[in-house]
Amino acid sequence: MSEIDLNPLKPAIESFIPLGRSGLMPALHAAQKIYGWLPEEVASEVAKSLRVPLADVHGVIEFYSLYYNEQVGQKFIRVCTDPACALKGADGLLKYLCKNYKVDAGQTTDDLSLTIEQSPCLGLCDQAPAALVDDDAETNISRNFRSYDIGIPQSLVYGSIRELTINCGEGTTTLAKYGEYSAYKKALSVNPEDIIAEIKASGLVGRGGAAFPTGIKWEGAAKASADQKYVICNADESEPGTFKDRVLLLDDPHRTIEGMCITAYAIGATKGYIYIRGEYPYIVPVLEEALNEARMAGYLGERFDIEIRVGAGAYICGEETALFESIEGKRGFPRVKPPFPTTHGVFGKPTVINNVETMCNVPLIIEKGFAEYRKIGTEKSPGPKLFCVSGDVAKPGVYEVPFGVTLRELLEMAGGVTGKKALQSVLFGGAAGAFATAEHLDVKMTFEDLRAVGLPLGSGVVMVFDETRDMRDVLQRLGHFFAHESCGKCYPCQMGTQRQMEILNRVAAGKTLPDDLIRLQDVGWTMTEASLCGLGQTAAGAVLSAMKLWPALFESEKPVLSKVKAIKVSRVSKVAKVEAKSAKKSATKKAVTKKSVKPAKAKAVKSKSKKTTASKSVKKR
Amino acid sequence: MTETVNLTIDGQEVSAEQGKTLLEVAREMGKNIPTICFHDATTANALCRICVVEVEGQRVLQPACIVKAGAGMKVQTRSEKVIRARRTILEMLASTMDLSEAAEIQQMMIEYGASSERFPDAERRESEVKDDNPMYIRDYSKCLLCWRCVQVCAEDAQYTFAINFDGRGFETQIGTFFDKAIPQTSCVMCGQCVGVCPTGALKPKREFLLEQGMSPSEISVMNTGRKQRKPR
Repeated sequence: MSEIDLNPLKPAIESFIPLGRSGLMPALHAAQKIYGWLPEEVASEVAKSLRVPLADVHGVIEFYSLYYNEQVGQKFIRVCTDPACALKGADGLLKYLCKNYKVDAGQTTDDLSLTIEQSPCLGLCDQAPAALVDDDAETNISRNFRSYDIGIPQSLVYGSIRELTINCGEGTTTLAKYGEYSAYKKALSVNPEDIIAEIKASGLVGRGGAAFPTGIKWEGAAKASADQKYVICNADESEPGTFKDRVLLLDDPHRTIEGMCITAYAIGATKGYIYIRGEYPYIVPVLEEALNEARMAGYLGERFDIEIRVGAGAYICGEETALFESIEGKRGFPRVKPPFPTTHGVFGKPTVINNVETMCNVPLIIEKGFAEYRKIGTEKSPGPKLFCVSGDVAKPGVYEVPFGVTLRELLEMAGGVTGKKALQSVLFGGAAGAFATAEHLDVKMTFEDLRAVGLPLGSGVVMVFDETRDMRDVLQRLGHFFAHESCGKCYPCQMGTQRQMEILNRVAAGKTLPDDLIRLQDVGWTMTEASLCGLGQTAAGAVLSAMKLWPALFESEKPVLSKVKAIKVSRVSKVAKVEAKSAKKSATKKAVTKKSVKPAKAKAVKSKSKKTTASKSVKKR
Repeated sequence: MTETVNLTIDGQEVSAEQGKTLLEVAREMGKNIPTICFHDATTANALCRICVVEVEGQRVLQPACIVKAGAGMKVQTRSEKVIRARRTILEMLASTMDLSEAAEIQQMMIEYGASSERFPDAERRESEVKDDNPMYIRDYSKCLLCWRCVQVCAEDAQYTFAINFDGRGFETQIGTFFDKAIPQTSCVMCGQCVGVCPTGALKPKREFLLEQGMSPSEISVMNTGRKQRKPR
């Protein structure tokens, strides 16, 4: 290990030193970019430079899935195996890769050329199955990788209105095309209080899942007195089935930036962060470029500026207080609330944190005025809404519709269930959501109507499963997801997600033990009622809803489905469609040959170290 | 004069000093709310959730160790919901780690009718005893992640920052920088982590050796490398 050259490290992390501990994650990212992983000497040097205790640096590296304390392959392939990709054959792809390169998932080849890992949702569900190959999205992968798209993923945008997505669907909108920040200019001409009043009157509520009234949030932060306030855009979109923020940021970054500028003015903040998930590396340069354009145009600068922070593979960091901890250079543990972010946010200062889609609504409201804005949607749920439609539908993608559209109407827009099959269910709201069935097709998608039938709007996930799908397999994947993503802080979630996963594994295998149903209910109920944060409180939501809908699934032997045949049919049609579609795309299409990676023998697990890649894969599925 | 608030705990009206937690107020009333991670010497993190109580009007159960008594609050410290949550947490603990030396938790299990067999075929957190320094041993099979050791090692007491966490979620464990042995860390052997450990996961080395059946003189030989001098 002594041959590690620390010389290139110093200039790479220099700019983060003044940030102190808050510079830890950017410094680790920079270090990993140089060495491919984080050897002890490198971690130690980062710790020394930033004056962070060694043990704390270790704790951070260990927490985030995308930091490696073991050498990994020069090429890193992460295959998503969460529900939307699984429907399109992700398991087969992973198996094929592993067989082809003679390496197990979670392991690195002997010659250190390749690491293959199973990944939680990559936010590419509308182009499933998908993988992340180093920093590129690999989408629409056909069987045995005969064809796929690679690079920046496409934005598939549909729906009945184009308010938030007006600039989406045709590549990145530059500032020249976006035009001046007219809403921001309009905002600057009135008092901050008037802006807050306007947002309150618009009825805008958070689009990240919690649906908290945005105006009230802003008001709280505006009233808090402090020498420094912050605006944060939560772009840690990691909810399985969610990909709308990816499209908004890739195609129209200035809308988010303008929204943040207006927020900053309204609450008196001078500093902003966009916290983007580590699995969206290809968005980062787009955002950087947009921020530079905004700086050149004078929208950002002394009055208010924005820094990008990149996550490192932790779903929990979408929880606002965990996100603050992450910006502060710590493990992403959620904090106890109260105090709330509006008074004690990042660095203990008043902070407004809003989801990307929420931020994108802000310029729209200011531009139109609240009265005009409220003409979209319903009385109690005003505005446009983005839905992330994936799974067994003909046309997956981001759908912009006014609140109040029914699930049936949305699915019709999406071309209905693939292969003329009947609808079995819809995972609604995300992994932390609940299942809807054909019974719910005519429910209007508004906060109030959905609440009445017990469906959470969540982050706008609509993942469709046809009649042939085995819901136990879906539940097992959700169980894995939460066990993998629990931060481990509070007991109900730390152990509950593990126990839930174990029982769901038995359910999926058709090998339940007596009383497993009651166990699952107790665990789910306890997580919901007693967990510290939103992750634990919703980690059983989908499972509990499935138990109500399909109790028999949890008790009987595994039924023999006509599943295999059905998948084959849809896969063939999918391949044909992909090939037709990809011709007109900007993303480069590659042949299946992977020259850069030679098949090599699987690397033996490095037994002397406790944390081998293989043992890590157990932790990370 | 300190201001007081009036609230109801288990149907009993009580007047409490403003700023006191529900746990403090309930304990002053002689009520027994169980705690695991809570310790007077450490910052309350409300992470074990064993102290949860039902507060009317709140969506979910509330941790008594940090929630402040508020005017007009109606609190139940032993409702059906509270008991269900506590019992399930205890049962999950018993299925996860070795509680053989955690007398208080064993007592809680009896009190809440929690069965240690509740979760069959459950993965346990097991690890080898780490015996890497002359002062204490670390047996993380017994660790229930109350965080107190990490807290006293850091800002709650010693500012030594020798230990932090490995992994996350169920796989979390207390660990050192790249799994270094304690003498290779910043540990100053202050022993405070051992003092706040509730389960015997951290134990003085001598206690450990005595339990292994070594005699004091054998231990002395081990420590000094020579036999105790015979009395003349």
